[in-house]
Amino acid sequence: MAPSLPSIVVYCAHLAIENSVINRAMRDAVIDLENVDFRDLYELYPDFFIDTTTEQAVLRNSDLIVFQHPIYWYAAPAIIKHFQDTVLLRGFAYGPGGNALQGKDFLLAVSTGALAEEYGPGGIHHYPFEELIRPVEQTANFCGMRFMPPLVLHGGHSLPAEVVTAHAKRYRQLLMDYRRPAN
Amino acid sequence: MDNHSLLFNAFVYLLAAVIAVPVSRRMGFGAVLGYLLAGVVIGPWGLALIREAEHILHFAEFGVVLLLFAIGLELNPRRLWAMRNPIFGLGAAQVTITAILLSGIGIASGLDFSVAVVAAMGLSLSSTAMALQLLAERNLLPTPAGHGGFSILLFQDIAVIPMLAVIPLLGVGAANETGGQFDWLALLQAVGVIVLIIVGGHFALRPVLRLVAATELREVFTAFTLLLVIATSLLMQSVGMSMALGAFLAGVLLAESEYRHALESDIEPFKGLLLGLFFIAVGMSIDFGILLRDPLMIAGLALGLVALKSIILYALGRVYGLPASQLPMFALVLSQGGEFAFVLFGVAQTFAVFHASITDTLIVTVALSMLTTPLLMVLNDRFIAPRLDKRPAPPMDEMEDQGHPVIIAGFGRFGQIVGRLLHANGIDATVLEHDPDHIETLRRFRFKVFYGDACRLDLLRAAGAENARVLVIAIDDREGTLRLAELVRENFPHLQIISRAWDLTHVFELLEQGVCAFERETFEGALRLGEATLKHLGFTAWRAKQAAHRFRAHDEETLREVYQHYHEDLDVRIRISADARERLREIMQSDEDHLSNQADSEWQQVSHTVSDKADT
Repeated sequence: MAPSLPSIVVYCAHLAIENSVINRAMRDAVIDLENVDFRDLYELYPDFFIDTTTEQAVLRNSDLIVFQHPIYWYAAPAIIKHFQDTVLLRGFAYGPGGNALQGKDFLLAVSTGALAEEYGPGGIHHYPFEELIRPVEQTANFCGMRFMPPLVLHGGHSLPAEVVTAHAKRYRQLLMDYRRPAN
Repeated sequence: MDNHSLLFNAFVYLLAAVIAVPVSRRMGFGAVLGYLLAGVVIGPWGLALIREAEHILHFAEFGVVLLLFAIGLELNPRRLWAMRNPIFGLGAAQVTITAILLSGIGIASGLDFSVAVVAAMGLSLSSTAMALQLLAERNLLPTPAGHGGFSILLFQDIAVIPMLAVIPLLGVGAANETGGQFDWLALLQAVGVIVLIIVGGHFALRPVLRLVAATELREVFTAFTLLLVIATSLLMQSVGMSMALGAFLAGVLLAESEYRHALESDIEPFKGLLLGLFFIAVGMSIDFGILLRDPLMIAGLALGLVALKSIILYALGRVYGLPASQLPMFALVLSQGGEFAFVLFGVAQTFAVFHASITDTLIVTVALSMLTTPLLMVLNDRFIAPRLDKRPAPPMDEMEDQGHPVIIAGFGRFGQIVGRLLHANGIDATVLEHDPDHIETLRRFRFKVFYGDACRLDLLRAAGAENARVLVIAIDDREGTLRLAELVRENFPHLQIISRAWDLTHVFELLEQGVCAFERETFEGALRLGEATLKHLGFTAWRAKQAAHRFRAHDEETLREVYQHYHEDLDVRIRISADARERLREIMQSDEDHLSNQADSEWQQVSHTVSDKADT
């Protein structure tokens, strides 16, 4: 008997996903995977009233937690931050008894508008990209999760279609190849 | 009269009222007819339990006085001033035209000039008590017809004064006593008393009321209220004016005082009981002896009076521009003779203008005409008004499929918001509305609206139901909404139904019809108002918003839960709802804990513990 598939939750946030190129392609690439729970936060909670109980249960049952979104102002879209503020609570994600996320895997799957070379000294964004996402990395670490190498697609403003397609495929493959960490 | 008979009479009145009124209301005839019939039953021609109908009538007229006082309280001077046109236009026209026509008929049928004139004046007046009660029962006072009717009644109250002044001049026996000429002194007195009431009411009444209220003894305040009304009435009566008019004036003067509501609620039970007593007395005073002696003539007089007054009122209402649908009601509600006729005819007899036989005949006629009004109103409610509301006249609009993805049924205050939101987002909707008046307004605002009843299959098809994707039901008709949903589900199963709902029961009924989205029409508004209340109590905007969100989420969850048991006992559903209410409190509490959990201090505390851990 084949071992049961690991369960994956993708939290996606995009202010206008129907107009996006990359994030829509990424969504369409993974949404049909049977072990993936694709949760579009702006669709689920347009008024920012995130159901803490439900989302905590989803997180508990997941082996891999993915945040999929474009980078806005060197950070995630606001609802991702709000998700952290209202779901990753003390006693759940940290603090006394807060070990619900211990040992899980975390993947950041993001896209940026600017090209890769703009991140770093001399580029318009000045800092290397991995420095800009340190808060996310530290959040994962703080909650006892393994921060997997992020899946990043730079230059979203100017990419040929086949690059986007290839990226979406790679994303799908990554989730399909994912195996539960051995305890 | 000894104590015992007083109590016994009270017992009879109250018993009659308690039995007759609920029965009459249950049968759809309203309270007034119930009182009248109770009077007939206990009166001298019924069970003869009570004989002194006239005394009672006189006493119970005070109910009319209290009624006018209460109406005055609702009308501050500014609103009264705004009504001057209908009062002195419509009111004067009604009284003058009716009186002249009736006089003419009287003279033509051989009555003396003075008898005809006094009878016509008395009969031209309507029953304030009856008309206002009937209008209030139907919530019609705020309508144009209600306003018009009230203005006429108010004018009649004023018109009684000169009428009463004129009678002695027409009298034979008393002609010399009053000098047979216009009494300037009396006029001066009357004006003096009115000025006294207005000035005194304006300056003295409020401080006195404050003093009385300061005693904090409720019954003293009630006593003072009654004293005030009685004193004003007596004062007015002493100079030969209508008691009711005096009470009305006192009411108007107090309409802007802070004691308005206290006064209103204090006299409310007295007013109700005395008015009831008044109607009972009217019922008792129908002299069936006279009626039986010449039933055809009396019935003819009463019906003729009602018919003539109705016709005049109908014509006046038209000229005055009342909505056509309200005209029959307006004409009928004022078609009877009234309590002022009793007073006037009594005076006329005193001054020997009338023979006792004429007085009796006229009083029976008036009382009988009063009996017809509640019946006519019921007939109007059942048969005339519904037909007028459903004017069949304009044919349904010709329509061809507009190819729009959305059909909106009903474009009143609800549907309009939906339509405007869609329009603002470039989505075309075919709009159906069944109120032709409303459509005119909408078209003036350049909305494209089709006239027609959305519950008709051919119309839906013409509106493009075959090809549309969504039907929004926003009609202002609870049952119609369900019928339309069912019709659409059967004939256009592909069409998604989004419906306005009334309450929980309606939501369940709609869900049974397979609607895919619904919104209780008052829910969001009420929730927003609750949120605003929390904010005004000091909740932060965010916390109030979260509380409202939580409430909504919980309410929707409960609704779904209760709906699962829709086909079960009502008790099961009630228990689930009650449980859910209890749960909500707990949830709210835990939300609050979460919120405080997120406070900065907590976080720092936690980081300390963590860094401690890191150290080890």
